[in-house]
Amino acid sequence: MSEQITGAQSLVSSLEAAGVTDVFGIPGGAILPLYDPLMDSKKIRHILVRHEQGAGHAAEGYAAVSGRVGVCMATSGPGATNLVTPIADAHMDSVPLVAITGQVASTSIGTDAFQEADIRGITMPITKHSFLVTNPDEIPQAVAEAFHIASTGRPGPVLVDVSKDALQAMTTFVWPQSISLPGYHPVTRPHAKQVREAARLIVESSQPVLYVGGGVIRANAAAALRRLAELTGIPVVTTLMARGAFPDTHELHLGMPGMHGTVAAVGALQKADLLVTLGARFDDRVTGKLSSFAPNATIIHADIDPAEIGKNRFVDVPIVGDLSEIIPDLVAAIEAEFSMNKRGDYAGWWSQLNRLRDVYPLGYDLPPDGLSPQYVIERLGIISGENSIYAAGVGQHQMWASQFIQYNEPRTWINSGGLGTMGFAVPAAMGAKVAAPDKTVWAVDGDGCFQMTNQELVTCAINDIPIKVALINNSSLGMVRQWQTLFYNQRYSNTDLHSHRIPDFVKLADAYGCHGLRCESPDEVDATIEKAMSLDDAPVVIDFVVHKDAMVWPMVAAGTSNDEILVARAMAPDWGSDD
Amino acid sequence: MSRHTLSVLVEDKPGVLARVSSLFSRRGFNIESLAVGPTEVPEVSRMTIVVNVEGLPLEQVTKQLNKLVNVLKIVELDQSASVAREIMLVKVKADIDSRSKVIEVVQLFKAKVVDVAPEALTIEITGNPEKLADFLKVMEPFGIKELVKSGMVAVGRGSRSISDRSTRPADRSGERTA
Repeated sequence: MSEQITGAQSLVSSLEAAGVTDVFGIPGGAILPLYDPLMDSKKIRHILVRHEQGAGHAAEGYAAVSGRVGVCMATSGPGATNLVTPIADAHMDSVPLVAITGQVASTSIGTDAFQEADIRGITMPITKHSFLVTNPDEIPQAVAEAFHIASTGRPGPVLVDVSKDALQAMTTFVWPQSISLPGYHPVTRPHAKQVREAARLIVESSQPVLYVGGGVIRANAAAALRRLAELTGIPVVTTLMARGAFPDTHELHLGMPGMHGTVAAVGALQKADLLVTLGARFDDRVTGKLSSFAPNATIIHADIDPAEIGKNRFVDVPIVGDLSEIIPDLVAAIEAEFSMNKRGDYAGWWSQLNRLRDVYPLGYDLPPDGLSPQYVIERLGIISGENSIYAAGVGQHQMWASQFIQYNEPRTWINSGGLGTMGFAVPAAMGAKVAAPDKTVWAVDGDGCFQMTNQELVTCAINDIPIKVALINNSSLGMVRQWQTLFYNQRYSNTDLHSHRIPDFVKLADAYGCHGLRCESPDEVDATIEKAMSLDDAPVVIDFVVHKDAMVWPMVAAGTSNDEILVARAMAPDWGSDD
Repeated sequence: MSRHTLSVLVEDKPGVLARVSSLFSRRGFNIESLAVGPTEVPEVSRMTIVVNVEGLPLEQVTKQLNKLVNVLKIVELDQSASVAREIMLVKVKADIDSRSKVIEVVQLFKAKVVDVAPEALTIEITGNPEKLADFLKVMEPFGIKELVKSGMVAVGRGSRSISDRSTRPADRSGERTA
């Protein structure tokens, strides 16, 4: 007979059996029974955060860097509702996440009990799946299924809500040997016929582009992608979620497409006769006005999620499957075409693209005085170098960090792409550092974002998680301000944060047990970054006081065609006459 | 706008109705009728959902529905190749003068009187939505006091069963080329 244990002990054993080693969370009334046996776990490190949102984003950062399921934990009611934003974020960006929440006792559910919230109902539209467990015997099965669902197919967040009485009641722990989910069968093997058809289109095309999305990173298919690109010589663009999926230093790489993409990447999509779409989803930030996106292109769309196929753009050759299987199959199919002497000639295409790349490289103007945020970020990437991971918040600094830092490896760039969650950087960097303690982890953050979640620096300081924060402090909500500059006649309604000194971020860092540094002029930039690199005993915050009028360019204004991209204010690129 | 009937086989798990119905509402679809009940397979329920939509977005909804872990299978029933029925209970004013006329209509439509009161008759009628609409048109002049309708249930014609395999085949719905 199996040993009688509490549901809480069974839950801890289940998490251990699922391979969990790190959990981010905060205890509270309903989840208290779980925290008691958790204290004795030899396998699980629980990191006590300062706000549940921090736990969720930390778990996301952890998952994004490690490829494993990130785990966060919170109590019922407000604890659970504070996880809503990270869960939504993970859902948009396909992050494997399991959120464990305590729930009031099953006898109290539905009575508006103290700290009761129907978190399963609240998160239904933003989870891949969810469980409400009120029977302790069902805990191991629910946990096993949750980890399976979160990590397979298109990854995503799964919520496991466990009632307090289920945690307290006696049960036995039996880890399920197999998982049977009759309604869940993600397709991983691609259809051979579709792959052959894609290969045929590729060798017959003359202006193809590899449109690479975050799915390539989630599927661990970056090496396969490189083989595909080098075999065919097709230009590559990597979306915001795919930065690092293909080396920025590679000559086939045109950079990022989209609202703030490079002219070459945006131009390539617009003029392509074939898009080989790999784990991307034709997001509005990439396509611009959908009806004028890549108007001449035939579309190959490879994705693990059948619901993405044809959602926004008609697809000529859909391939449903796992990119780590699709891309090698595609490589083999193209090699077969090559062996029959069928090969695409992209020389003319490359001469068009190289002209765009040469004439319109990413760049920025230095302000007459003060510090340029782009310069700071560019230097940061160069000085910190290869063994680094960068997590960004959302806004101008995020776009600059995607533009001016070179990413050559997958899982070195973490950001909130789909939901656009301000405040993502600090907790995500914390999770990243826990997953990769030997890497230098930078949170590139804005002063607006930073003030949403900087309390997690305390968590970092206390738990020996020495992240570094490059605070791009322009004393305003920069991206919103940029839109006000461009579209609202420079009426800066509520975007001035007055935060040059309030708060004093150096003092704040000090108060949090972190090193605080300040940098206000270009000639201090390198020395300050190097100083931060040398400090590893505690988190470091650098307050880069930058000028507030810097803007993110190029830009495709929301709702307009990608053809309307501007390289600077009122400056359209010259596309040349050869199209 | 066109009318579509979806038969959805789901695992009989708590919350599954909420998952399915909320998916329709958040994609902006109005469910015209929804009926849920058990099937010949234990622990599998069947939903019959009638929606009014254009072709393309419905495909997006069925794909999203397919992603729900508790959804086993979705079949769109073609009107001409399926049998669809609703049940309706109608309380019609019927006093001593009009009662026989009301009963005459009931017989014409092969409906059934299920309750008799001095001032009213309660009538049960089953049929496709068109038949029920016709019946109401004829009954209206007598005075309809109360009306309740079930959601529509529908089944494909012929010998095949949609639950032949209660586990659905691998989902390649995205690969349907036009």
